[in-house]
Amino acid sequence: MSNPQQVEAPLDAATTAPGVASDETLLDVLARGAFDYFPQQTNPDNGLVADNSRAGVPASIAVVGFALSAYPIAVERGWIERAPAVRACLAALRFFRDSDQSGGPESTGYQGFYFHFLDMDSGARVWKCELSMIDTALLIAGALTAAAYFNSADDEETELRAVADALYRRINWRWAQDDGNTIRQGWKPECGFLHYGWEGYSEAIVLYVLAMGSPTYPISSDCYAAWTATYQWENLYGHDCLYAGPLFVHHFSHAWIDFRGIRDAFMREKHSDYFENSARAVLVQREYTRRNPHGFAGYGLDAWGLSACDGPSDELPDVSHEERHLFGYAARGVPYGPDDGTLCVPAMLSSLPFAPELALDGVRVALSRHPNVLDSGRLATAVNPSLRHADGSAWVSSGHFGLDQGIVLMMIENYRSGLPWRLMRGCTCIHAGLRCADFRGGWLLDHAAQVAP
Amino acid sequence: MITAARPPQVPDDRGERTRVANLHPTAWSNPTPPDCYQLVVIGGGTAGIAAAQRAAALGARVALVERHLLGGTCLNTGCVPSRALIRTSRLYAEMRDATRYGACRPADIKVDFAATMARVRAIRGHLSGDLSVRTLAADGVDVYFGRPRFTGADSLTVDDTPLRFARAIIATGARPHVPDIPGLKEAGFLTNETVFDLTELPRRLLVIGGGPIGCELAQAFRRLGAGTTIVQSLPLFLEREERDAAQMLSDAMARDGVEVRLNTHVVAVRVENGQKLVDLVSDDYHNTIAVDAIAAGVGRTPNVEGMNLDAAGVAYAPGQGVAVDDHLRTSNPRIYAAGDVCLNYKYGHTAQASAQIAVANALFRGHRRVSELVIPWCTFTDPEIAHVGLYVRQANQRGIPVKTYTVLMHQVDRAVADSETAGFVKIHVREGSDHILGATIVARHAGDMINEITLAMGAGVGLRKIADVIHCYDTQAEAIQMAAKACERTRLTPRVRARLKHWLAHVCAG
Repeated sequence: MSNPQQVEAPLDAATTAPGVASDETLLDVLARGAFDYFPQQTNPDNGLVADNSRAGVPASIAVVGFALSAYPIAVERGWIERAPAVRACLAALRFFRDSDQSGGPESTGYQGFYFHFLDMDSGARVWKCELSMIDTALLIAGALTAAAYFNSADDEETELRAVADALYRRINWRWAQDDGNTIRQGWKPECGFLHYGWEGYSEAIVLYVLAMGSPTYPISSDCYAAWTATYQWENLYGHDCLYAGPLFVHHFSHAWIDFRGIRDAFMREKHSDYFENSARAVLVQREYTRRNPHGFAGYGLDAWGLSACDGPSDELPDVSHEERHLFGYAARGVPYGPDDGTLCVPAMLSSLPFAPELALDGVRVALSRHPNVLDSGRLATAVNPSLRHADGSAWVSSGHFGLDQGIVLMMIENYRSGLPWRLMRGCTCIHAGLRCADFRGGWLLDHAAQVAP
Repeated sequence: MITAARPPQVPDDRGERTRVANLHPTAWSNPTPPDCYQLVVIGGGTAGIAAAQRAAALGARVALVERHLLGGTCLNTGCVPSRALIRTSRLYAEMRDATRYGACRPADIKVDFAATMARVRAIRGHLSGDLSVRTLAADGVDVYFGRPRFTGADSLTVDDTPLRFARAIIATGARPHVPDIPGLKEAGFLTNETVFDLTELPRRLLVIGGGPIGCELAQAFRRLGAGTTIVQSLPLFLEREERDAAQMLSDAMARDGVEVRLNTHVVAVRVENGQKLVDLVSDDYHNTIAVDAIAAGVGRTPNVEGMNLDAAGVAYAPGQGVAVDDHLRTSNPRIYAAGDVCLNYKYGHTAQASAQIAVANALFRGHRRVSELVIPWCTFTDPEIAHVGLYVRQANQRGIPVKTYTVLMHQVDRAVADSETAGFVKIHVREGSDHILGATIVARHAGDMINEITLAMGAGVGLRKIADVIHCYDTQAEAIQMAAKACERTRLTPRVRARLKHWLAHVCAG
């Protein structure tokens, strides 16, 4: 499935050796390795990207969103020529434009939303999965990122922008409220809306911003207020923070939206912002793993990162003696758990913009202790140092996950150049959504001054 | 007022004989009524007994009418037998988990369910002494057994005996609400009114409903050895509680081996080959499980039937209970209500507290309000989940800026020493102050710990004040003081620190 037009670049794993590589070199290798996941795991015919690198898995629409965001970075870094990058993005966008939107059991989407997992070839829904509001939002965020970057008058780039805009405009966000105060998490043709919504702080800010910024089916600001009314502002281990257990929650919306200095009503009341909050989440994670309430091996101030990731499961034959529960793929979190000793190294690295030194220290420690976490310049999703193989090495998740590679690539780039943030700061719908959510200050002020007569 | 007589299958052991002798002795003769009672209390449960004893202690001429057994749900079919059963189930869980405490795990842990239930009955019988008919009579309460029916605004009959009253309090309690599931009644099911009469452990038990009672039963029976499945229609247990608390309970249930089915509805029950087949639906996933018993008491329904409330001019609604105002007065100004029959919070302690209010307002023209009560509650799972006051979402919805001081139990020395680190103390205060809005505690003994917060809220004590109160080291309740100290530390703003630094430099300059 690899893209033959990808620019070859040296990937010298030896240069990533802890203590040898500079920060820049390490980030170069990890970013390039992360990007390469996408062309390697993409069906070039339809632009769909595999959820992970294991054989036979379906595409994840969220991973496609990260892929669409990855190509502008890769072009900017010289890892791929502009034209093939545009074609790769366009293949995916055209597929979604032309996909079956009937909402049938084997269709691709409904009401402008898409099913979470799709067959890599046909694009039909698999696993009887849900029509996913958040994953559609991540897909569209990627489409808008690509549209913002590929801004030339070239025919293909013009088409790319038009298709991205059309996909965004046809999403019926209001329908996803199901007459409720907040957006539902999912819908299935067999049973309608899943009867739970978003409660508490989560990765859904980007979902709400896109839904409020829609020129066609916008939801009201009341909807956002109803969601933020479920927030919990807590003093945890001495740190005041907006609580969310898994670390990825503090990253995903931040991949596209620059939250530095902009505040909604909640953050104004708390004299903080979401960016600062993600930095505090790192401190809470580190304090949790320092305290290590369950006594797991390998936890410490430089070994943290409880997040949504793959992990060992109870079904593993060589862990049958374990008394603790092992959760497989699960959203692990601090400080309330669940926690089975599994750490998500990509989540640590994705904290780079918020806590650069701590994130880099954590990744270097992980690479030093568990060299097999790195393969082909890419980070495995998780390591569990409490579970050891016969050779003494820690359990490491096999293969790679697209979500990990996508968030790692975007957060490294946001840290180094701010390209994804810059692209989305220029996006009209992001502005509209943020303003509808009553975000004020920071770069929103600058933008207001620019558009003022 | 409970509806079921002692079932014939309950062993006629000493505990049961004691309970019946205390709560409804067969030789009891109702008193001869005077012309008019100053207060008639209808219902001999927690609220009714508390009201009658309080009024009698204050000098009133009081009658108490009970249809069957004194003591109500709490003693007979609720709190007391439940806590007794849970204690034994905890012991078995600890035996299985002995290595965590550095002890040897017994080689053969065999549950003696009959002995477990015998202990439950013995404890119930023992505690019935405090609520016995003789105790009440000694307190000056005229106890009548029989069926009460109002005959007018100030009169009723107990069977055929007419009573007149100046004031009355209705305290008839509530009974289990049974969900309307096709086939359930035909298949047979347990509720809190029957589950504690079991003498044999069901091999496979289905618990319908993830509220407090359902969670307590599911965990206890699993620990006693039953293969237990709990079905909850919502995404988390304990709908009202904070999601972290509910999540911890989900985790604890899974650790115990309870099969947890969230987002799942029971749609039908049938019996085949002596086992109960239960059809479940979760979104689009349909499946059927086979069990030997079903516990199905979901929620509570107030007992308002059969009393001829219309004759007394008392407004009520089936399923809703007796309508009262904030002073617990019904639509008949002579008649008040207390406890589960009229309150949303159906707990033994709220029944008692409401009884005090009803007596004060009915007999002494008081103006005490139910809405002023600070009401804690606790779900007695392991860990326990206790709460008092507002939840964060309630504060947010009311526009109250709220901040939560959280201490994890793994930060507390005693919890670590006890290997009881699952849980937390969360104390919610109004942002920028130490005014306590509410608290949630998840801990092995959360029900005991919440009382300190309840006291502080009731007495108007701010959280910072608790920081100054010396707490015994080494206790799990220190978690509350740690939260208070975290609140106290927030006063050390950068500006305050700068001033302190300046002061110290001035005073302590060499």
